[in-house]
This record gives sequence, structure tokens and C-alpha cells, in this order.
Amino acid sequence: MSTTKKLAAVAVGLGLVTLSACGSSSESGSGGSESKTVTLVSHDSWVASKSVIAAFEKESGYKVRVLKSGDAGQAVNKAILTKDNPQGDVFFGVDNTLLSRALDNDLFQSYEAKGLEQVDEQYQLDEDKHRVTPIDYGDICVNYDKKYFADHKLTPPASFDDLVEPEYKNLLVTENAATSSPGLGFLLGTAAKYGDDGWQDYWKKLKANGVKVVDGWEQAYNEEFSGSAGGKKAKADRPLVVSYASSPPAEVIYGDPKPTTAPTGVATATCFRQVEFAGLLSNAKNSKGGKALIDFLITKRFQEDMPLNMFVYPVVKGAAVPAEFTQYGPPAEDPETMDPSKIAADRDQWVKSWTSLVLK
Amino acid sequence: MALPVAFFGVFFAYPVAAIVARGLKADGAWQLGRLWDVVAQPDIRHVLWFTTWQALASTGLTLLIALPGAYVFARFDFPGKQPLRAVVTVPFVLPTVVVGTAFLALVGRGGLLDEWWGVRLDTTVWAILLAHVFFNYAVVVRTVGGLWAQLDPRQEEAARMLGASSLKAWRKVTLPALAPAVAAAALMVFLFTFTSFGVVQILGGPTFSTLEVEIYRQTSEIFDLATAAVLTIVQFVAVGTILAVHAWTVRRRETALRLVDASVTARRPRGAGQWALLAGVLATVVVLVLLPLAVLVQRSLDGPGFGYYRALTSSDGGTFLVPPIDAIGNSLEYAVAATAIAVLIGGLAAAALTRRDAGRLVRGFDALLMLPLGVSAVTVGFGFLIALDEPPLDLRSSWILVPLAQALVGVPFVVRTMLPVLRAVDVRLREAAAVLGASPWRVWREVDLPMVRRALLVAAGFAFAVSLGEFGATVFIARPDNPTLPVAVARLLGRAGELNYGQAMALSTILMVVCAVALLVLDRLRVADRTGEF
Repeated sequence: MSTTKKLAAVAVGLGLVTLSACGSSSESGSGGSESKTVTLVSHDSWVASKSVIAAFEKESGYKVRVLKSGDAGQAVNKAILTKDNPQGDVFFGVDNTLLSRALDNDLFQSYEAKGLEQVDEQYQLDEDKHRVTPIDYGDICVNYDKKYFADHKLTPPASFDDLVEPEYKNLLVTENAATSSPGLGFLLGTAAKYGDDGWQDYWKKLKANGVKVVDGWEQAYNEEFSGSAGGKKAKADRPLVVSYASSPPAEVIYGDPKPTTAPTGVATATCFRQVEFAGLLSNAKNSKGGKALIDFLITKRFQEDMPLNMFVYPVVKGAAVPAEFTQYGPPAEDPETMDPSKIAADRDQWVKSWTSLVLK
Repeated sequence: MALPVAFFGVFFAYPVAAIVARGLKADGAWQLGRLWDVVAQPDIRHVLWFTTWQALASTGLTLLIALPGAYVFARFDFPGKQPLRAVVTVPFVLPTVVVGTAFLALVGRGGLLDEWWGVRLDTTVWAILLAHVFFNYAVVVRTVGGLWAQLDPRQEEAARMLGASSLKAWRKVTLPALAPAVAAAALMVFLFTFTSFGVVQILGGPTFSTLEVEIYRQTSEIFDLATAAVLTIVQFVAVGTILAVHAWTVRRRETALRLVDASVTARRPRGAGQWALLAGVLATVVVLVLLPLAVLVQRSLDGPGFGYYRALTSSDGGTFLVPPIDAIGNSLEYAVAATAIAVLIGGLAAAALTRRDAGRLVRGFDALLMLPLGVSAVTVGFGFLIALDEPPLDLRSSWILVPLAQALVGVPFVVRTMLPVLRAVDVRLREAAAVLGASPWRVWREVDLPMVRRALLVAAGFAFAVSLGEFGATVFIARPDNPTLPVAVARLLGRAGELNYGQAMALSTILMVVCAVALLVLDRLRVADRTGEF
């Protein structure tokens, strides 16, 4: 048809116009070597107290600019896409499930942070090359609605094995492992627990036991989970949800009015540990400032500020954790973990098998 | 013409081409073979199939439910008609993240349907279809109803006098006049539902996926840029085809119709049948549009006093560097800038399209201007990132990026609103002015401007409302210290805790009210002679 041809002609024309317009002068003059601003690129969950950032700015003489760019996965993908001409100097927020994607794409340059010896060994997953520095960790665990289990005189589940028991039929909601990071964490937790051969059987049982899968954490937690504030309003009917070990303290801290005890609890043997890292971007324009910022992220001052802002735990030994955390959401004692290279090797295949097993 | 072309080239075609090229090029070589590989995958074929049939079904259902509404809003006078007209348009410009959640409260578990009849639709395709009706109701009411209100009822009456039955008169007189508008509305609804993102993501869960959702997943989560690029091309072709058909129906519509002022055609309903029709339509509007919106308001007030609204003014919630209430100011500033850009670009494009010597190529541009409505926001967002990163176009960290992205979505509305009015301006007036020695600028100021001023205001109002609600591209590029309202809502929803949830609902309510007010003002300005399409 001539209409389609016409459209194509216009499209080509547009392309030519713009290519010639933009191709001409691409040499940049941005050689400002000693910038006084250091830019941190992160995901949407990045929060730090103003006073703490101000203290760093005063001590180091650098002004901090923060660019948040979507959820964790998006932020990493964006950083990879723009690595030749990065948006900032430091990237914070790549976790162990995505670490290999970042490292394989040469997103970071080596830098051994000052004070690294204070960081717990178990979190140093790139110890030889120091391309990333661990900053915090958190646990992805099944949360339960205390009221539901009290009302039904039922013991809340504690472990992966419990979740497939008949008394917990149709109670659990989880996130799509293909699109949600807690969903993926939960899948990896089961893979770590039951091994390459066993996890699929486990999920078959979980499916037979009525697990519900929704796309993202917001829906699972705010719409389906009966223990959360949003869930109560939505008259949610699933008393078990895959969320974080720090969600119960959040329910207390953001309660209105604040409850005296957390309305939700954590099934302690269903946890998968997520470690978050920061790194100096490969083509950082202000690498000196970037290094100073990374050093700062593992100071006690910053580490102790983190929990109430980002609902994660500090990785630096001896950093104090707020009382709400120790009371309502202590970290899991023996969480499942997995080597990032193993995650990188198997993640896509697992997610594919999981999708056809659980969603189809 | 040069400016709109350059604008779309630089801020739309170039970024989208850049990201598609990145996906299809591996080690410097084009991998066009990927095209077929991807399309041949059963999963992808399933997505294509679902995308198409749900769009067809949504369009059919929307027409079925909204056409009586279009008639009632066009031909009946009843108290509260104007505000109601504005309110039914609110869903269309609200971010789907917000309304999807509210809609779930209606058809989901514990929702009204559940309470009354134990019917739950949250995991079925019905939830998606109904939500699409909810979002697109206004498209039909405004496009079809706008024309219907101006059709001279005397033509049908004349047919009746000549002995035609009322059905026959309607079929022979009104229907043919209306058909192109219905076709255009149907195509727009098809376009919007074909590229549906938020609704399907929220209500469809992981089992239902449209092309747009799949592009988002492939780009943003799985990082398979090659597959995303192929899907973008597929969607591009599909949308291009829809738009070409749309442009064709629009041109057919521009046959001379006898139009009269809308205010003379509407009258109070007479007889039981008409009252029943009015009641039925009002009931539909209440259940389908007002209830989900009311749920939002109710949840925002569910705290102690106006607690959630008060909490918006403090910054110690921690989710933002600024108090959430600041998002309102940010949103308004961005929307004003976006509106200015959209009106400038859209106005120029519309002016160029109405010129008599405009060739077929230029008229093709008309349809092309609509393309941003059909291209995934994540594609545009990623495209911006990798394409606009070098001087002289290093805009990645500039505030202007947000209004630019929003203007892309606003321009089509401006063009659609301005075109019919501009086309109605008698060329001879311009020629006469020119002959009498007026400069082109003066001709425009003295002849065109007075006639299009109200259309311009309506266009600006629509661009403004759409910019306020734009989420997909904005979330990608908005800076953390100045989130827009929809971005702030999404961030609040992303954290646990009652206060965060309540604040999200309170902000959504504010956004809804701002949109409704903008639309209400807009309706007061409605163009008297010919109406736009939205």
C-alpha cells in the first residue's frame, strides 16, 4: 500500500535529518578535571539522612549529587547502557543476584576502599579485584500475619519445608521471579536449599499447595498480604508473603498510630541473603571524589544511618542497629546464600524453568 | 514544519532508533536474523496473540458500554452534566499505577462485586477488559459524543416526517454521519489497549502480558535488548498500521456535515425510555468510573483525621529528600513547561498540516505525530539515556528532559484538537488579508489567532493534564530531588508501612483533583464550532 510506503519514507527522512544534525559535533569539551561535585547513581530505594550527607560534604569538600534511576534491576541496566559515558561517578545498589551482570560488562574499576578491613569478610564477594565494595545486606524471607495465625490457632510456618504442608494451603503469595527481585531471591533461596535437582520438585509441591504469584512486590505486599497496612484496607486474604526481614520493623515505624508490637513476623528459615554493593564507575569523571564517597559509605556514621532509611543492615563490624530492628526484625541466623558466579551461570535457565513450571 | 520535524527527529526518532540499533547490533554487525527467531518463539507468539485479541475485545466492550454514554452526554441536558463529563475523563489522564490499584478494590477480593455477589475478577481477563473500558470511556464519549452533539437533529426529524421509522431514520441519517467518528474512536481505543501497560501489569499478573509489558520486561528486567528491539519493531509496525487506518478514517470524516451548536441539540429527556437510558448510563458511570475513584479517596482518608495529608508536608518520612507535598509543585512546573513545548510544536505542526499546498508527505506526518502514543515509554526512556548523552545534546541530567518526554505525549493531543479548527478557517480570509498587505505574522495574528484561541486553550489544557499524569517516561528520568506526583506515588507504594501507603493514596487523590479541575476548566472553554477528537 502506498500509505505504508509513505510512512516508511517519512521515517527514513526523519532518521537522516537527525543523524546529520547530531553526528556533526560530538567532541565534548568536558575536561573539567577536579570537579567539586561527586555524583552517586542509585536505585529508587536510596535514602540517607541530610545531616549525614552534609557531614561528608563538609569534611571532604565535595558536593554530593544523587541520581535515582528506577528499581534495582533497571538502575543496573541503565548504568550498563551508559557505561562509556556514565551519568555519575559511583554506582550504589547492585546486589549479589545482579553482580555478575555488572562485572561481566566492566561496569566498575578497581578501588580498595579505606576501612575495608572493618567490613565483615563474608560479604566481600569480589575480594581479589575490589571492583565493588559491600555496603549493606538484607534478607528476603516469608513474612506472616500474626493476627491470622492467632485467630486460626495455627503455628506460623518457619521453614521452606513447612510451606508445602497442607495446613498452609492457599496462604502464600510470592512475586514473579522473572520480574521482581524478592521473587528471584525466593527462587534462589529454594535452589540453594534443595539444590539443582530438587528445587523444581519443591516448586511443584508449592504450586499444588496453592501458591499465588503476582508480578511485583507492591502488589504482593500491599494488595494480597493480609498483614500489611495496605493489605488490611484491601481486605487481603493471604497471610504469608515473600518480603524482607526488615518489613516488620517498617510496619512499626510507619504505623499510624505506631503499634506497640509488629503486626507481622518472619519465617526465619525461609531467608535468602541479599548483599548490596557500591563501585567506582569505569569512566567516572570525578574518580577522586568517587573514591572518597565509597570510603564514606563504609564509615560507621553512614552505616548506622542506613537501617532506618533503607531498611537494610550494616556490613561494618560493630555498627549499631536501631532498637526496632533488633526487636522486630533481626537478620536471619542461617540464611541461604549463593555464589554470584553460580547465580550468573544458572539464573536465566532457572527463571525459564520456573516460569514454565509455575506460571503455565 | 521544520521545527516539529526536528523536534520529533531529535527527541523521538533518534533515541528510539538508537536503542533499537543497540539491541540489534552485536559486535558491530546487524543481526536481522534475530527478527524471525524472536517472533517464532511460542512465548512471544502467545504475547502477540493475547495483545491483539484483548485489544479487540476491549474495544468492542468499550464501544458497547460507552456509546449509550456518548448519546446521553450529547443529547440530554441534566444537572451536573459538565462536572460529570470532566470526571469521566479523569481516568484517561491518571497514571495507571494508581488507578489499577483502585480498580482492583472494585473487582478484586473484598471489592464491591465480591461483597454483593461474591464475584471476583482479579485474576481473570475480565478485570483487564473492564479496566480498559474505565480508562477509555471518555475517548468514545468525547470523540463520538462531541460530533453527535453537533449533528443537526432536524435531518433525522425530516426523515421521520417523510415516513421513515425512527430506526430507519437513525440508520439512514445519523449512523452514516456518525460512523467515521465511531471508527476513529474505536481505532484510538484499539491503539491504547493494544499498547496497554499499567493495567495489564497490575491486573494481569504474571500470566497475561501485552507487547508493551513484554518490551518493558525484556528491557528493564531481563536486559535482553535484542528481543526488546524486535518487539519494539513489531509494535511499531502494528501501531503504524493502526494510525494509517486512523488517518484515513479521519480524512473521510471531514466530509461536510451540517453541524449546529451543541447547546441547541441537547434537551431534557422525555418519556420513560429516555429517562431509563439516562439512568442506565449514569449507573454505569457511577459503578465503572466513580466507584474506583471513590475508593482512592476513601483510602486516603482512612487514617486518623487528615493524617495522611498532614504527613505529606513533613520530610522525615525518609522516602524523599523533600516533603512529598513538594511533588505537587514539581509536577505543576514540569507540566507547564511540557505544555508550552507541546503547544508550540503541536501548533506549528497543525498549522503546517492545514496549509493548502501541503503534499501527501506532509499529511503522512499527521499520522506520524501520533506514534509516540504507541511506542513503549521504556524504549523512549532508554533511548534518551544513550542518545542524548553528548554535547551539544547532553540532556541526561537536565531538568528539561522530563517536560520534553511529557511533551512527546502531549503533542498528538494538541494536533488533534487544533487541526479541525484550523482547517475550518476560511482560506479566503487569509488570502484577503495578505492581498491587503498584511505580513504573514499579521495574518496569523489577526485572522487565525482569534479563531483558534479557544482551541489553543483546550489543547493546552489537555496537554497539561496528560503531562501531569505521564508516568512511564518520567519515572525513568525524573531527578530524585524533584519527583513528580505519579513518581512520588509509585515510590511511596514501593515501601512497607501504613503511613507510606496512606500518603500514596492521599497524593493520588490530590493528583486526581488537580486533573479533574484542569478538565473542568477545559470543558468551560469548549470550542463552539467544531470539536477536536479527544
